[in-house]
Amino acid sequence: MSDLTIGGFPLDLLGLQLVTGVALGAIYVLVGIGLSLIFGLMNVVNFAHGAFFMVGAYVGVFLYGYTGSFWLSLVAAPLAMGLLGLAVERVLVRPLYGRGIDDPLLLTFGLSYVMVEGVRIAFGLTGLPFGAPPELRGAVDIGIGYFPLYRLFLIAFSMAVVGALWLFIERTAFGLVIRAGARDPQIVQVLGIEISKVWLAIFGLGCALAGLAGILAAPLQGVTPEMGIPVLAEAFVVTVVGGMGSLAGAVLAGLIVGIVVAMTSLVAPDMTKMAIFALMALVLLVRPRGLLGRAGALG
Amino acid sequence: MTEGAPAARPGSGRTGRWLARASRHRVALTLAFLLVFPWIAPYQALAVNILVLGLYALGFNLLFGYTGLLSFGHAAFLGGGAYGCGIAIVHYGLHPGLALAAGTLLATLIAAAMGVLAIRTRGIYFAMTTLALSMCVYYAFYRAEAFTGGENGLRGINVPSVALPGVRLNLLDPTVKYYAVLAVVGLAIWLFSRLLSSPFGAALEAIRENEHRAQACGYDVARMKLAAFVISGALCGLAGALQAIHLSIVPIEIMHYSTSGQAVMMALLGGMGTFFGPFVGAATFSLLQDGLATLTSHWQLFVGAIFIAFVLFLPLGIWGEVLARLRRAGW
Repeated sequence: MSDLTIGGFPLDLLGLQLVTGVALGAIYVLVGIGLSLIFGLMNVVNFAHGAFFMVGAYVGVFLYGYTGSFWLSLVAAPLAMGLLGLAVERVLVRPLYGRGIDDPLLLTFGLSYVMVEGVRIAFGLTGLPFGAPPELRGAVDIGIGYFPLYRLFLIAFSMAVVGALWLFIERTAFGLVIRAGARDPQIVQVLGIEISKVWLAIFGLGCALAGLAGILAAPLQGVTPEMGIPVLAEAFVVTVVGGMGSLAGAVLAGLIVGIVVAMTSLVAPDMTKMAIFALMALVLLVRPRGLLGRAGALG
Repeated sequence: MTEGAPAARPGSGRTGRWLARASRHRVALTLAFLLVFPWIAPYQALAVNILVLGLYALGFNLLFGYTGLLSFGHAAFLGGGAYGCGIAIVHYGLHPGLALAAGTLLATLIAAAMGVLAIRTRGIYFAMTTLALSMCVYYAFYRAEAFTGGENGLRGINVPSVALPGVRLNLLDPTVKYYAVLAVVGLAIWLFSRLLSSPFGAALEAIRENEHRAQACGYDVARMKLAAFVISGALCGLAGALQAIHLSIVPIEIMHYSTSGQAVMMALLGGMGTFFGPFVGAATFSLLQDGLATLTSHWQLFVGAIFIAFVLFLPLGIWGEVLARLRRAGW
């Protein structure tokens, strides 16, 4: 243990807070990647992304109550949200292709009302408490102090998911189609690939990631019907900061946002929420296209 | 009561003689309708609500319908106007007329600050950025408890009567209240119409149709967008200030994301880019909310579903569709 301090805070405490920030950031990364993936490929901003996050959390918590297995919830929540996402794309979003860019945004905005109210009808207005599963409770010594095991798991699991996603997009044939589709959907179509099927899959995948982030976040805060609204705003900050449509940007920005939140809560707990948006304002002023955004994305 | 915006959409024909004539007298026709409206509305408090929300939707429509910028942050302006007005009355005991001005001023300042940042982004980014910035304003007002009352909202905005030179208006009488509010809203409607008919209004529509072309024509697009954003915010702020006096309380929810969404819903239900559409949208939304709330506590489910149906099947909105049909019929 060292006696060094920065700004009056011991180095160990700052280190722990940094890891806490990375754990928070892991959630932002998953939510942001899903949003960015759908936008990058389909030019659709999914305003129901926060609602998918919330419903995913509810599905997971509900299943956990029945089966007692967190691992099952961890599979079922993204699966359920993926299937719901497929249905939404096929039935609601697809008729809007070729219309204005605002139309899918408006539609998913209406959808989020329906999803939030649907959960209120099914599970009540007040929300449900939820803690880390027994096998992930407690804290472990990480050299600078004790750290909650669940948050370590959160970091490791999210890293694994992001890694798998990266391999999927960079190393598989379907990933190649995704990358080509993001660059030029018409050429992909001409080459004999049904781009609408790719879009369907991507919308499902994005929603599944939102659902996964939801169940992963549930042990940190419990679940309420409104939990998706701040997450939507924060996911927007992540995509604006990272650069829209850039997956690496979403990862980088998600981690930065998480660390900013954790550090602000140490220095000025009242300003935590505002710090996120101050960060976005700063990026907009200095680099409007986002940290890793393409130069042409705004031009 | 009409405006040329839907003419720019494909599939609609040329504006006929009657519609052109109505469009020239849109302010008079709108005001004539609003003058008799309390006698059609189910009850008078609802009529005042619809009037105030109509002004809110009108201000939003300047940006969304006429300039083509979809903002999800207008709650910050409605709320800023309401808090500005409420704080002026509760903490400083200002005359209601001055309080209205104070509210509008505060909303204008918030709009200027948000606008400078938001117009740096384009297209779909704009909706995301305005939403995020308005959440920031929400948290700031939530934390400033000494002024805003925080979570409990700002209470005690009691304005039973307004003293004007030579006359004292009794706001406890719902009819007097409606026409007092209408006097302010009517002035805003007239200014709004003048703005649309000005070269500035034409430039905004040019930006909506093709931003690059407008830029190439020599317009300072960034400055015009910012001006539209700020004027839109000021109109919404005035609506918020009226709302504060009307309800005598400013709940913190007025700044919430869902209030921004309400503006989007009203504009789309009524018909974006039409002059009278915002009032149709405000009336539709209020009547829907009021009617559904008596039947079920889960009215948002139906509002959401109806909104989805509008996006899919009636994107012109009620008034936009009426205009499109009249136009096709050669009116």
